[in-house]
Amino acid sequence: MNISFDKLDKAFENRVRLQIMSVLAANERYDFNSLKDLLNITDGNLASHLKALEKEEYIIVHKSFLGRKPNTNYEATEKGKIAFKNHLDTLEQLIKQQKLT
Amino acid sequence: MEETELQNELASIRSIMERSSKFISLSGLSGILAGIYALIGAGVAYKIIHDAIASADVFINDIRPSHPDVAARVFYDGEIVLVRELFIIALVVLIASITTAIILSNRQAKKKGQSMWGAVSRQLLFHMAVPLITGGILIGILLLRGHYGIISAASLIFYGLALFGASSFTFADVKYLGICEIILGLIAACLPGHGLLFWALGFGVLHIVYGARIYLKYDR
Repeated sequence: MNISFDKLDKAFENRVRLQIMSVLAANERYDFNSLKDLLNITDGNLASHLKALEKEEYIIVHKSFLGRKPNTNYEATEKGKIAFKNHLDTLEQLIKQQKLT
Repeated sequence: MEETELQNELASIRSIMERSSKFISLSGLSGILAGIYALIGAGVAYKIIHDAIASADVFINDIRPSHPDVAARVFYDGEIVLVRELFIIALVVLIASITTAIILSNRQAKKKGQSMWGAVSRQLLFHMAVPLITGGILIGILLLRGHYGIISAASLIFYGLALFGASSFTFADVKYLGICEIILGLIAACLPGHGLLFWALGFGVLHIVYGARIYLKYDR
């Protein structure tokens, strides 16, 4: 069976989105600022990628306040976790396949 | 995508999952230094205890035959002063260790591109704080009630529990350090009168061994 690159999730084509999903797969929740520090990207850049993942319903947003400061947390949905796992499986199979040829 | 590119992709995912869920900037060197501070503290404490006992013995034995109540009073006051001095030593060791850990971890974090204060270190501190504060309050109560013999054991046990609880947020080695501290604390509880020795073993020797291990494994 030949696995093509088409099977890779389009939502994860962008590296930042894949990294966000990796973080949310390893942690129950993660907040915006920690995510920004970890990935070393700008506010705007991170926000736009988070929005995209939210639109796919791969993550959900929890907004709350810590004192007066807004605190935004992100969590992966079931759908998002499955999509992430499938993406990793496909990556793995692609590597195996390329080793064979 | 090429094969190496795919593999890079997987490697970067693995690294980010690790960095996001584990605090990997613990510094081995700070463990070694904390151990050395603890040994110095234990040495000073040993000297203070021995000097106090020696001088008190001479004085109390002199006056006991004529004034037994005064002798008892002097003994009691001496004990309070001694406990206060030991408490201060322990506090100085604690503060020096924490300061060293913060400075060195901060340096380490910069080197590894992880921020010192983030979601992971918050979790780590929170999970350590619960057993540590519980133990701290219990030790305070024990001190006030004069149960000095069990304090060393209690501090080792609660510190071990704190490390064990925090270990899922950092290197797995911390878990084994925690278990060793707990075992040592339980042994200390069975052998009252050797509190200082076990304290020196647990906070001094174990920290040095563990710090050296972390240093050799991850620091460089």
